[in-house]
Amino acid sequence: MINQAPENLWLMIVALAATAYLFKVFGLVVLGSQQLPKVFERCLGLIPAALLAALVAKDTFSIGQSLVIDARVAGFTVAVIAAWRRAPLIVVVVLAAGATALVRAI
Amino acid sequence: MKRFFAPLSEPAVRRVVIASLTLGGAVGVFALSFGVASVSAGATVWQTCALSLFVFTGASQFSAMSVVGAGGSVAAAFGGAALLAARNFVYGLALSSSAKSMAGSLPRRLFAAHFVIDETTALALAQESPRLRKIAFWTTGIGLFSFWNLGTLIGALAGNAIDPQKFGLDIAFPAAFIVMLLPHLRSKLGRQAAALGGALCLISISFLPIGIPILVAACAVLIGLRK
Repeated sequence: MINQAPENLWLMIVALAATAYLFKVFGLVVLGSQQLPKVFERCLGLIPAALLAALVAKDTFSIGQSLVIDARVAGFTVAVIAAWRRAPLIVVVVLAAGATALVRAI
Repeated sequence: MKRFFAPLSEPAVRRVVIASLTLGGAVGVFALSFGVASVSAGATVWQTCALSLFVFTGASQFSAMSVVGAGGSVAAAFGGAALLAARNFVYGLALSSSAKSMAGSLPRRLFAAHFVIDETTALALAQESPRLRKIAFWTTGIGLFSFWNLGTLIGALAGNAIDPQKFGLDIAFPAAFIVMLLPHLRSKLGRQAAALGGALCLISISFLPIGIPILVAACAVLIGLRK
């Protein structure tokens, strides 16, 4: 299944590139060495934890707007164990993909 | 050329360069899986390469294409990815006191900003002298940028040639997210934010447009307000 790219995907790429650069340059060059409130910095630091967990949940347990349990749960389980054991990403992906493909084939 | 490599005879410099290149290799593998995942989510090879060249911040790129691949709008995809890019602002701030010694003139600092990401910040800040910090920032920055883009191109071409779902490669997205998530689970606050973020996403998936639950999950960072 190769999805069809949305027509305005280029627009998103340009907007995202500009936004990412602005964040970087705003910290490094524009704002300089100012101290942010500790609370603000703590909340910003939690963004990856919250969003990456949400992305894992979405990619494992949903198709579109429906919650589903399918072969990906096998891949997810294997990926968690492998990542927990500090396997490098390539090993995590190959093992998880293998488990997913195997369950799909059964 | 001989003069260019001369600093490598110093053990401290060699350590920094080796650390940068090792990291670069590991990141190249991440890029490979991004390339495969991105084309299987519907992007062209060119679009996939443009993301790595011009956005150049891994988690955001993965997040954007994961939402697009699920059928979300580009606005929703942009929102989650932009939130994930916000941490580069904090890295920029952390590096800003060394910006002049690392990059010099304003045009050079504006160029250097593109390379302000997790790895360059971590390696640069780990150095004690301004000189080593400069070497660490640029070897990591240029090294990662090369590996990241080469890996993306190879992955995108490979993903184009095969049926990713047949090989279970649609699991490349969550697998990469799991690997990226783990370091954030070391602190209690990180674990709470992750649990809450995941739960908010699952709860809202069935009644909100695709990709929006990722934005809803961002509310979980508010637990950082207490304490």
